[in-house]
Amino acid sequence: MPLLNIQGVSKYYGDETAVDNLDLEVEEGESLVLLGPSGCGKSTLLRMIAGLEMPDEGKILLDNQDITRLPPHKRPINMMFQSYALFPHLSVRDNIAFGLRREGMASAEIARRVDEAMAMLEIGNYGNRKPHQLSGGQQQRVALARALVKRPRLLLLDEPLGALDKRLRQQTQAELRKLNRQTGIAFVFVTHDNDEAMALADRIAVMQAGRLRQVDHPRRIYDRPVDRFVATLMADANLFESIVVEEAEDMVHARCGELELQFRADGIPRPADSYQLLGLRLEQIEVSRDPLPKGPNTASGTVIDIDYIGDMTTIEVRLSDNQIVKASQLNALHEPLIELDETVWLTWEADALVPLADA
Amino acid sequence: MIYRSLALIALPALWTLLFVAIPAALILKISFAEPQLAQPPYTPLFEAGEYGLVLKAHLANYTLIFSDPLYIRALGNSLLYAGIATLCCLALGLAIARAVSCAAPRWQPLLLTLIILPFWTSFLIRVYAWIALLKPEGLINAALMGLGLIDEPLVMINTGFGVVIGMTYTYLPFAILPIYASLIGQSPRLTEAAVDLGASPIAAFWLVTVPLARSGILAAGLMVFIPTVGEFVIPDLLGGSATIMLGQALWSEFFSNRDWTMASALAVILTILLLAPALILQRLELGSRPGMKK
Amino acid sequence: MKRLGSIHITALTFGLAFLYLPILLVVIFSFNASKLVTVWGGFSLHWYGVLFSNSAYLEAALNSLKIATTAATIATLLGTLGALVLTRLGRFPGRQAIGGFMLAPMVLPEVILGVSTLMLFVSLGIERGLLTVALAHATFGAAFVLVIVQSKLVSLDPNLEAAARDLGAGPVQAFLLVTVPSLAPALVAGWLLAFTLSLDDVVVASFVNGPGATTLPVRVYSAVRLGVSPEINAISTILLVVVSAVVIMASLLQKQALMRDQR
Repeated sequence: MPLLNIQGVSKYYGDETAVDNLDLEVEEGESLVLLGPSGCGKSTLLRMIAGLEMPDEGKILLDNQDITRLPPHKRPINMMFQSYALFPHLSVRDNIAFGLRREGMASAEIARRVDEAMAMLEIGNYGNRKPHQLSGGQQQRVALARALVKRPRLLLLDEPLGALDKRLRQQTQAELRKLNRQTGIAFVFVTHDNDEAMALADRIAVMQAGRLRQVDHPRRIYDRPVDRFVATLMADANLFESIVVEEAEDMVHARCGELELQFRADGIPRPADSYQLLGLRLEQIEVSRDPLPKGPNTASGTVIDIDYIGDMTTIEVRLSDNQIVKASQLNALHEPLIELDETVWLTWEADALVPLADA
Repeated sequence: MIYRSLALIALPALWTLLFVAIPAALILKISFAEPQLAQPPYTPLFEAGEYGLVLKAHLANYTLIFSDPLYIRALGNSLLYAGIATLCCLALGLAIARAVSCAAPRWQPLLLTLIILPFWTSFLIRVYAWIALLKPEGLINAALMGLGLIDEPLVMINTGFGVVIGMTYTYLPFAILPIYASLIGQSPRLTEAAVDLGASPIAAFWLVTVPLARSGILAAGLMVFIPTVGEFVIPDLLGGSATIMLGQALWSEFFSNRDWTMASALAVILTILLLAPALILQRLELGSRPGMKK
Repeated sequence: MKRLGSIHITALTFGLAFLYLPILLVVIFSFNASKLVTVWGGFSLHWYGVLFSNSAYLEAALNSLKIATTAATIATLLGTLGALVLTRLGRFPGRQAIGGFMLAPMVLPEVILGVSTLMLFVSLGIERGLLTVALAHATFGAAFVLVIVQSKLVSLDPNLEAAARDLGAGPVQAFLLVTVPSLAPALVAGWLLAFTLSLDDVVVASFVNGPGATTLPVRVYSAVRLGVSPEINAISTILLVVVSAVVIMASLLQKQALMRDQR
């Protein structure tokens, strides 16, 4: 039984549909990331789970109990806000104790729990400070402590790292993973940053225009995206708008301009002459200066652009039919560098080609 | 450059010297004199004596103010009614300002205009309107008796109740605006966070919204308290002999008793009473308000 | 899309009813045919007729208009100068004193303003009349104008005048061509506020007016002290209509100017 079960939830703002008939399950203790561009409805979904917005349609179940109409203060779900929303008139201690006091807990017990939370997040020395006397990273920890100290069934984090600088962000990612495992509380993140999603998630739910495009493990989302949107959201990819030539045993042959493409059949029937979008990650292409025999999943062309990014080099190759294919390679120390206008040969495996839905 | 600056300063400086500073000094001077039947009707502060000028300051007016029950009552009434009216304005102002700040943004300017508009209509007429409502044969009593809720008319005019309701009514817009300004500066995420942490909406309001609006609430309180303490028209029209306030005492000393020295002494006391609140208000208005926009 | 809770709707309804019902009742009963102020005797313009045949009210109204116009104009000039002194001259000795004294009439009770200004006129031996009332009104009007103009001056981009100077305007030219036009809405608002405050004042005018300089509020006040009468309802209604019309016109003008600026 899933911890949280979202069933057919929709939310409308006037004529606009923010969340469109969405189903999603969150498992006990897992770390789920809602990933999508701004305005895709991910924050609205998070706010509906918290109870800060009411769904117009559908149900939300927590531990199999319908909480759709339960007001936020009665839900065992807590949220870490993007702006942290620390109470500026209260000290760090009082901020963290705020939620426990609302439960009417004994003050000795509150003090113990607050101390424990402050120790866990290494903010024990700041108890008497006001939020504005803290750095951004410290504020973030207070916000986290304030939500975690309630020991919620589910912790919601809205762009938790958005306000931090890059170095602090990486460090905090690791800590959030650790807290997730340590506490056993399920975390649901919202972010628009795919690297952050990869680093934080057990599962990623990719959202666009109020719908889920794909929910899967980060590795699967990256390697086997289901459609054009997910493929390009995660990283740069070559997209081949190809026509199926024939399906033979477990391989499908297709053509895109002069390119002959061959990819593994996945049980979906693909009649000859049907359209098929294929994705190919840049790093799956092998680049060679030595001529290769012409055949499926090979190409040759002229290098028209070179981009060095430290450990990687990305090149753009123009084929004789003017198609452009991008490829990237790890920079090995002794290999001579590829130069502009050089002719190169490209090759890749059939498994590297991912059939994508194109809507 | 310096001449241009001097020219700029000259008019406002001379004007305030003549119409504010000198009159204030005159009042202070006269308050230490004694009344006499002459023109002007008070004794001079300095008299030509054997060895030049002699200072003749009388404290009689001040000792009388703090010993005569009439003046003590006027002082007490002023503080009491202004205090109650301030609390009423704050309570109503908080509720109304909160409601406006929660309304859809495109409605807020209209609602604010509706709240300020009565301020632009005649003060005298607004107080007058309450006479017609409050008096024994007035509209409120007529309505209550018509509904059978009461058998005899309630005495509302010529009482402290009438004074307080008139003050609350007149100065309510002054209370709403500063509170609204401090509410609208708060991030809605803060109350959401409180509710998310288990506070009921009412608890969130008292534990988060109100403490964060405290500077606006304080400013609102002072903006009601300061003018009501020295109010004359409202207690004169809606109050009775038992509800006399300092402004009325001053007025009757001047116009009925023709005792300019007592009127002046009362003016000095009233000014001293308002000095501290006025300074706090000035600091609030000038200083940035911490806790807002955070 | 926020939806207001029932508590908020109650607060707003009650608040607006509290603010408007009393005024509305005055207006309604000004059209009452009956002399009894609590009994509706049918619609009539009778009391307006009575009012317009009463020359004392007309004379007082004329006095009030003269005084308010003069006072508002002086107050706008003074308040604007004061705002410039406080915002543009930096720190100089006496700045705080000027600011404090100019703003004092805003917080001082009217009875004190009245009695102290009267003492001044008495000791200077000045005959009391329309002018003395206008001078006293200008003094407290200036405080309000100062606050309005000052807040506008503070929000103005200081580079505007610098840009005008850079383009060849002298300091006075730069002020008149650049600063004054951007101050215009504040000046209009300040003038109107000073005008309304003067038109509304009973207490100060009671102290400093002289024979033949009775203002409308002073006249109305002495009538009101005697009790509610349909005549006063009528005059109140006229005042309400005039003032609302002026305020609505001013805010429309201001809105128009704002939209022109934004284009």
